[in-house]
Amino acid sequence: MNQPLGQKYETVIGLEVHLQLSTRTKIFCGCANVFGRDPNTQTCPVCLGLPGTLPVLNKMALEYALKIAMALNCQINPLIKFDRKNYYYPDLPKGYQISQYDKPVAYDGHVWMTTVDGQTRKINIKRAHLEEDAGKLIHDDRSNSSLVDYNRTGTPLVEIVSEPDLRSPQEVYDYLQALKLTLEYLHVSDCDMEKGSLRCDANVSIRGAGQKIFGTKTELKNMNSFKAVRTALEFEEKRQREVVSSGGRIIQETRLWSEEKGTTVTMRSKEEAHDYRYFPEPDLVPFDIDDALIEEVRRSIPELPRQKFERFVGEYGLSEYDARIIVADQHIAHFFEACTKLYVDTKKISNWLNGPLLQELNVRKMGFSDIKIKPEDFIAIIRKVDENVLSNLTAKETLKQVLDTGKDVAAVIRDAGLAQVSDSSALEGIVDELIREHQNVVGQIREGKASAIGFLVGQAMRKSQGKANPKMIGEIIQRKLSAKSDA
Amino acid sequence: MTKSQKSITKEDVQYIASLSRIHLQGDEVERLTKDLEDILRYVHKLEKLDVRAVEATSHVLPLANVYREDEVRPSLAQAEVMKVAVMSHNGFLKVPKVIQ
Amino acid sequence: MKLNELTAHELRDLIGEKKTSPQEVRDAVLARIRQTDGQVKAYVRLSSNAATQEPSGGCAMPVPIGIKDNICVTGEPTTCCSRILEGFKPPYDATVIQKLKESGAYLIGSTNMDEFAFGSSTENSCYGPTRNPWNKDCVPGGSSGGSAAAVASHEAIWALGSDTGGSIRQPASFCGVVGLKPTYGRVSRYGLIAFASSLDQIGPIAKDVEDCALLLGIIAGYDERDSTSADLPVPDYTKALVNDVKGLKVGIPKEYFVEGIDPQVREAINAAIDVLKKRGATFYEISLPHTEYATATYYIVATAEASSNLARYDGVQYGLRRQPVDTRKTPLIDMYEETRDAGFGSEAKRRIMLGTYSLSSGYYDDYYLKGLKVRTLIKQDFDKAFQKLDAIITPTAPTTAFKIGEKTDDPLSMYLSDIYTISANLSGIPAISIPCGFSKERMPIGLQILAKPFDEAMLFRIAYAYEQNTPWHKERTPL
Repeated sequence: MNQPLGQKYETVIGLEVHLQLSTRTKIFCGCANVFGRDPNTQTCPVCLGLPGTLPVLNKMALEYALKIAMALNCQINPLIKFDRKNYYYPDLPKGYQISQYDKPVAYDGHVWMTTVDGQTRKINIKRAHLEEDAGKLIHDDRSNSSLVDYNRTGTPLVEIVSEPDLRSPQEVYDYLQALKLTLEYLHVSDCDMEKGSLRCDANVSIRGAGQKIFGTKTELKNMNSFKAVRTALEFEEKRQREVVSSGGRIIQETRLWSEEKGTTVTMRSKEEAHDYRYFPEPDLVPFDIDDALIEEVRRSIPELPRQKFERFVGEYGLSEYDARIIVADQHIAHFFEACTKLYVDTKKISNWLNGPLLQELNVRKMGFSDIKIKPEDFIAIIRKVDENVLSNLTAKETLKQVLDTGKDVAAVIRDAGLAQVSDSSALEGIVDELIREHQNVVGQIREGKASAIGFLVGQAMRKSQGKANPKMIGEIIQRKLSAKSDA
Repeated sequence: MTKSQKSITKEDVQYIASLSRIHLQGDEVERLTKDLEDILRYVHKLEKLDVRAVEATSHVLPLANVYREDEVRPSLAQAEVMKVAVMSHNGFLKVPKVIQ
Repeated sequence: MKLNELTAHELRDLIGEKKTSPQEVRDAVLARIRQTDGQVKAYVRLSSNAATQEPSGGCAMPVPIGIKDNICVTGEPTTCCSRILEGFKPPYDATVIQKLKESGAYLIGSTNMDEFAFGSSTENSCYGPTRNPWNKDCVPGGSSGGSAAAVASHEAIWALGSDTGGSIRQPASFCGVVGLKPTYGRVSRYGLIAFASSLDQIGPIAKDVEDCALLLGIIAGYDERDSTSADLPVPDYTKALVNDVKGLKVGIPKEYFVEGIDPQVREAINAAIDVLKKRGATFYEISLPHTEYATATYYIVATAEASSNLARYDGVQYGLRRQPVDTRKTPLIDMYEETRDAGFGSEAKRRIMLGTYSLSSGYYDDYYLKGLKVRTLIKQDFDKAFQKLDAIITPTAPTTAFKIGEKTDDPLSMYLSDIYTISANLSGIPAISIPCGFSKERMPIGLQILAKPFDEAMLFRIAYAYEQNTPWHKERTPL
């Protein structure tokens, strides 16, 4: 009983991720699939579920779902069909959701992810299926009513259900990152949790360490960011441990995460148990997923993050650390590869990319896709350093100005006077000044403390605003001091 | 006796009514219990058939792969949607407050 | 003869010869409605522009048509004769309505029906029952009783109905007119308010076989808005109207002539068979062994789909909304339950409940899934029979029209009046009902012909040959 809680219990988590597909139109009608419009302006008789209307499947939605299935290493059902999931809710205009029950697009897949401590883990995917999204409800306290907007109704969704393979809130966070990255590479969704294009519910239970059977699970909803998922799961994990430790029992229920309160709260208990009465959707026909379609979709799948990571390590000799950073954003990865066509030292590219360039982006709070530097400009800056035209310091300043102004590198260096000073008479003047100002340092150098030369070089760089050629300054100092001591 | 041969109870009828979102009043529960009992008794003639090896037919035509292309069609104007609506407010449909 | 008593093809010819005008035909039909519909009650409302519609020039069939109240017409109330759809005006046309408008038809009004097509007598309408024009104490059949009665009483030149388990053919039989249920997928269901999606078809009700063929030709065809419509060309059905059945092989299923059939119906069918035999058709007694299971299967499959199709009528978006004064559960759930209790009639509730039950957890395998499997067996019976046959002939209904109120307290006996028509819906095949005689009480008897999927032309060929050699379609109601 004195064991710490952490070792006594194991947490078991499975995730259901709902992904809105970024097709041009909705899944079963021709309404535009767009976000943020005035309420009930992106609807038609079909997505409003008006009497007599019928759904027709958007082929692109199926292709996107197949892309996802392949990227998640899933088995693909040779014949898929749709089913009705029956329940009443005001955001569901037909009284049922068209979903998939026993013949989903895909099953038995997996995602590779990297944990915070650098371990690689495989998380199994139970299934992925296509369905339609519901509308949006706004709760209006003033009029004691709820308001319904059907614009979102019929947005194509893929639900990705993981096996209960996740063991901690942090692992869930890492899994979501890995999943999101793969989905971003596919260009099938915005993957934006804040906008609701990626949503996630979690099934959480705990069990005694070493125990085989699962504990009673709760379903966690209403988490609107990756961080919220992690925090909510941490809370729920702790809550369940406390309930069980104090001799209580977990009740199977749905709990909502409250961001403001920082707690999960139970949903008002339902009138009756869920009985969705699934049955085959008679308004849609089955779909054969034949080899030709699979081949067509497979050809449209780009290189995925995991393959790219491995290739960057192997082909460009990047460290796993550097490769991971570059691959974590497909725009960066693309930029990096473009640079490698222009410049041979890939390690140096990665250093300048992951260092100064990403720092500049952090400062600006911008994404890589927001900036306008071209690989040619970026490599031009690195080359100027190689040619001693720029120091590291002036190179960073050049980069900053290129990002700010969009001017080309040569113009920035010229207009801002950033080129290195290699004119020896000017440099000798600076060194003479320094020798006068820092007699004690000069003394140390004469006594043989060579490292003190570095101090003077640094001071020379300061005086010249980084433009002095540091190599020449060092030589001048050595020459002057040894000449004097000889005298 | 298989499950379907059990007769339907008033509690079953209440449960189905609740699933169907119908509030039954007065003698409706008794009447429906009797009606459903009669109909189900008739339906139980299917028990005579062994269908274990038979495929289910949910589509009578052998149709498959009916798609539409991902092309935008005009939506209804908001005013049209509001014209159909029973109760609306500022372009939204209005319903009694949903309590979670 | 009055204009409204003519057929569409006769009127088309007269209009073509400038002997009458579409406006005269329209006015004759409206006059007839004013004269007799107070007794028949075939219509639940006339179109908002019934008296003013003008035909567009050069249209193929500029004649008035009655539309069953479950087919959507833009801006016109479409209610399925249910209180729950009170005030609903669809902002779109059903595909068949679009096609009709293109053909120049007048939409004269909406015809009465059993609520959501749930019934065989048109008594389950929130507007009250329609009367059979041959005997006002009798039902017109159902659920398309309004359409059949309108055509029989010459209050429409022709009409559209819908058929899920016999809802076109049985009223056509009871009213002495021609009614066709097309092959599933032949006519678009877009805009037909669904009862049971895997069984529903829209079809024509007409005064003779030629009109029936013409009307099917107008409404049939692939529709990109209906995934279950077949992408097949529509033949010119009038080419099948030849007075020749020589060499055709026709089956007579013995299971259709057992207990429950009125002897007068049996005699009329036998007489009809003799007529066709004389014209050179060959008849074979056949067996469709799963016939006795059709009604049970139908009431499981159809009600399950209906329970889901009718879930959308919950007071949220359109139609009726009711809110009880006192809170029972939550304001929202109370609104759902009160609306649906007030909006649905008792047969609708019965079917929603039955369908919900057969889909619910623990019962799905024993009821719904079993129903789908028996459906396979019923379909296989027909597949096998049609390997050797061109058509099958049966009575349309076991009896002539029954009395109003006779079966309203006994849902099961009402269900059994569709016993001969249900199998065609379960197996998706086309079937037609044509008049084949009268009972002693002068009530019409109907003959049903069934054919292979998409072989409506065969139905027209046999029906036309029969009609050419019999007088029944020329008989007039006493109205």
